[in-house]
Amino acid sequence: MNMQDRSPEKVTPEKITKVSIIISKGSLEGIYPGLIMANGARAEGMDANLFFTFFGLDAIHRNRIDHIKVATVGNPAMHIPTLMGALPGMSALATHMMNKKMENLDIPPIHEFIEMIADTGAGLYACKASVDMFGLTSEDFVPQVKDIITVGDFYDLAAGGQIIFT
Amino acid sequence: MTTMTMGGTEVKLNAEGFFEDPSQWTRDMATEMAAADGLTLSDKHWQVIDFMRREFLEKGTGPTVRVLGKASGVSIKELYQLFPTGPAKTAARLAGIPKPKGCI
Repeated sequence: MNMQDRSPEKVTPEKITKVSIIISKGSLEGIYPGLIMANGARAEGMDANLFFTFFGLDAIHRNRIDHIKVATVGNPAMHIPTLMGALPGMSALATHMMNKKMENLDIPPIHEFIEMIADTGAGLYACKASVDMFGLTSEDFVPQVKDIITVGDFYDLAAGGQIIFT
Repeated sequence: MTTMTMGGTEVKLNAEGFFEDPSQWTRDMATEMAAADGLTLSDKHWQVIDFMRREFLEKGTGPTVRVLGKASGVSIKELYQLFPTGPAKTAARLAGIPKPKGCI
């Protein structure tokens, strides 16, 4: 290989073949990006794992999965004053509007999306430390969750791929 | 863009291997491309490929995996078993239509 062939624009980077995505937040805007990335990875033929930790556990919690809301307070990108964002019903309204927009874009509701991602063959896991901290058990999660695993197990699963924290 | 000869016809493909001109496509070409991928096309594969092509010819774009799962008669689980390298992407390539746009 001569010098010219090694120039950055001539080298084709190796493709990503596996991703492990951590979802740590429980708001609508905190959950969707990780789900879209996991689903997209499978659609491209990559392996994908999802690891839910801290408030991200709401995305797989039986009783909470259908009640995920947009955070309208402390979010400058909402472009509404913080005090207005705190008004009763504001979060529900913003969530309703965003859900409608996403449905138009063919982005499924979180519950359907979780089922769909599990069906693609991606692995869904809950973080043991968070599960213990919130006093939960496997009974609290939707059936698509494969297991409750430790951080060490997560790193084993993630071996040989990229890790994405959201 | 590259060209490839399939079944005696010179076919124009883009960098990712998708047909530049969907009207060049024949069923034999799909079988040939699948074989090169190590896939033997079953009736279920064809059900998906035919659905992709129909959707494309009707709507101008190929369906997403979500739409495939809902409307092709093949479940998402099964779609990934049939096309392990990505159902919408692979089936679109075999159906001779452009790669479906969109993130879902």
